[in-house]
Amino acid sequence: MIHHDVIIVGGGLSGLRAAIEAKRAGLDVAILSQVHPGRSHSGAAQGGINAALGNHPDGHDDTWEKHAFDTTKGGDYLGDQDAIMKMTQDAIRVIYEMDHWGCPFSRYEDGRITQRPFGGAGFPRCCYGADKTGHYLLHTLVEQSYKFGVKLYVEQYVSKLIVHDGVCQGVIAYDMIRGGFEAFTAHAVVIATGGSGRIYENSTNALINTGGGMAMAYQAGVPLKDMEFIQFHPTGLFTTKILMTEGARGEGGYLLNGLGERYMEKYAPKFMELAPRDIVARAGQTEINEGRGINGMPYVHLDLRHLGAEKILERLPGIRDLAIHFEGVDPIEEPIPVVPSQHYTMGGIDTNYDGATPMPGLWAAGECACVSVHGANRLGGNSLLETIVFGRRSGADVVRYMEGLSGKRPPNPRTADAALRAMEDKVDALHRAKGTEDAYKLRTEMALVTRDYFGVFRDEATMAAGLEKLLDVKARSKNVGLRVSTGAFNLDMIRTLDLESMIDVALCMAAGAVNRTESRGAHFRTDHNKRDDANWLKHTLAFYRPDEAGPRLDFKPVTLGTFEPQERVY
Amino acid sequence: MAEITFRVKRQDPTDKKNPEARWEDYKVPFEGNLTVLEGLFYIQEQYDGSLSFRYCCRASICGSCAMYINGAYRLACQTNIKHLDIIHDAEPVVTVQPMPHVPLVKDLVCDMDDFFAKYEYIEPWLIRNSQDPEKEILQSPKDRKQIDMPIDCILCGCCYSSCPSVWGEENYLGPAALLKAYRFEVDSRDEARKERLPRWDNERGVYRCHTIRNCQEACPKELSPTEGIQWLKKAAVRRRLFGRMK
Repeated sequence: MIHHDVIIVGGGLSGLRAAIEAKRAGLDVAILSQVHPGRSHSGAAQGGINAALGNHPDGHDDTWEKHAFDTTKGGDYLGDQDAIMKMTQDAIRVIYEMDHWGCPFSRYEDGRITQRPFGGAGFPRCCYGADKTGHYLLHTLVEQSYKFGVKLYVEQYVSKLIVHDGVCQGVIAYDMIRGGFEAFTAHAVVIATGGSGRIYENSTNALINTGGGMAMAYQAGVPLKDMEFIQFHPTGLFTTKILMTEGARGEGGYLLNGLGERYMEKYAPKFMELAPRDIVARAGQTEINEGRGINGMPYVHLDLRHLGAEKILERLPGIRDLAIHFEGVDPIEEPIPVVPSQHYTMGGIDTNYDGATPMPGLWAAGECACVSVHGANRLGGNSLLETIVFGRRSGADVVRYMEGLSGKRPPNPRTADAALRAMEDKVDALHRAKGTEDAYKLRTEMALVTRDYFGVFRDEATMAAGLEKLLDVKARSKNVGLRVSTGAFNLDMIRTLDLESMIDVALCMAAGAVNRTESRGAHFRTDHNKRDDANWLKHTLAFYRPDEAGPRLDFKPVTLGTFEPQERVY
Repeated sequence: MAEITFRVKRQDPTDKKNPEARWEDYKVPFEGNLTVLEGLFYIQEQYDGSLSFRYCCRASICGSCAMYINGAYRLACQTNIKHLDIIHDAEPVVTVQPMPHVPLVKDLVCDMDDFFAKYEYIEPWLIRNSQDPEKEILQSPKDRKQIDMPIDCILCGCCYSSCPSVWGEENYLGPAALLKAYRFEVDSRDEARKERLPRWDNERGVYRCHTIRNCQEACPKELSPTEGIQWLKKAAVRRRLFGRMK
């Protein structure tokens, strides 16, 4: 049994920032991460991070209040406005802090940080380092975590929370290098495991984004919030769904249909390609569905050729390399085939704006959490911002919690031991079971159901059928077995345990989507195609039921107060 | 072509009955597009659940899946079979092995502990002595350009595995860590004078580089650690002769 004051699960931007905050306050902090923190999916973010610096020539009149308004409107008024304002106000400080810590942002001639236009934003406020902003931010925080002496446990697959009398007291983790499970006890646990994009077959996400952190909290009784809101990015590469940044359109790229038309004219005449992602994704999907894909194929074109080689090489070198390597297309010479692709989980573990979950001792930050700042649709450039703002806030809240904790008893070793044994027994049982179902086939089946039944356009009949299929997958998943039960780097065990998490998360998404009879942000229903504030201006909460396949749904009010909900026009 | 052969080096050093390395052949369906990483997943799912390899982003930015594939350092996710020379062979074989000269955990998974210990050793963070300004630290585009190359490092380890100086001297910091040192020394915002220098200007550091340039050939991001190390050598000489650091 290993003990630390604070355990952070996940070493992406949120986890690193939370760890640094707690460590700076003198706490004993450890990060447990499935991959080395520098390999986290935060590093795949490309386009940038929003903050109303006003550095761009057209951005002098920008303010954090306007950033808050754009974020609220972009999220179709489902975001909690107090949390949104905390985020956009802190954004400016965040950018300067990351610069002071060495983040290599791109620069204007006068030495200030560059900004570019981004979707749904009234001003160009997206700060960037070429088109590798996530990579640069991530490595900067990795470096700082080494500087501050945060203890790293690398390649630890965290599979379960230790909960004693309703209080989170640690985690159970599989040591991928040495093999075997271990109990880690702590006074405070912060989940920062990222999104669950891989529940969809057509995701831009890293392969490790399986929603494990969300599922752990959910299975321990913490609700997941607003899971029906799944973002589809308008421009995933056609073949692999690898992300082509919104920054490509921010720099002036066009979206073209098979007729060579800039089709966004029809859908968002003012904002064009830089409307919020839900709107641009629906537009692209409509063009494809109505037969105006490229040569009748199910994709459209992202055309950068008119930007010229110099601009592409300076501002968008990363996506150029990706397009060449993964699609065989050089954007300097040819338009890029793209398709709306699952990209982001707006929902997540229910937290307040300090990252605290309803369970004492448990926090969550970043994509795995739902504060909510993104509401029904996240604006590009706000996810990197969320990770750092709420990573820090979670760390700070943990520090306050620990100060009030002095004299309290240490985590209960018997509970931790029992949780460890339960995990080991579970794996043994899975191995003995032999298994009549194939975990890998079930995973594929599930990911195709989410893609085909819970996509950009949704309706009652399709979703109800999809939900049935997911329940069937869940039932059959009880009959999977392990082929390999021991040893180091046991992918068979990890990927089989992943399946259980993924199905639970998918069921929360599906149940919430069927239930919400309105269209809001990324959740668009052809049978209820209007927003319905009278009935649905509220958060969905999904609670785990040990004896039932799907969740129990409940609701929670949205914090309004500053911006009156109005119709979204772009 | 309906199938392609993957020849994968398997080894579990902790397996008491069978600790030795062996080669295993697997047939993987191939229709136009298939990356090496996708092929490995197919093998792990269909043939042998015990196959071990690292994966994460599958988009060549996380640096997890560096391997030695058909005689070259590559990222498995970025390697499309159709672009390999062997595709023209009568019976194409994709040969996959872990990065050589790095301790092994299992199959294609190398032990990267030393690699990251050396990274940490050079103090890979921005060092400031003066008070930070209220806003950003100004940096001209020209100064920013100085760090263009080293900041794209994904710490995959290909350069480290490819460097004969690393093979011969286990204490040598190697190209990746030194490239990181270079990244901060040429950052106009960094104010380290004496702090980081002793970390690379020593017997573990830059003088063990003999400009063999394997690292730049191995780098999947087409970076040149050698170039950075040569800059550091010159900087060390300047400092020793004239007391100047930057």
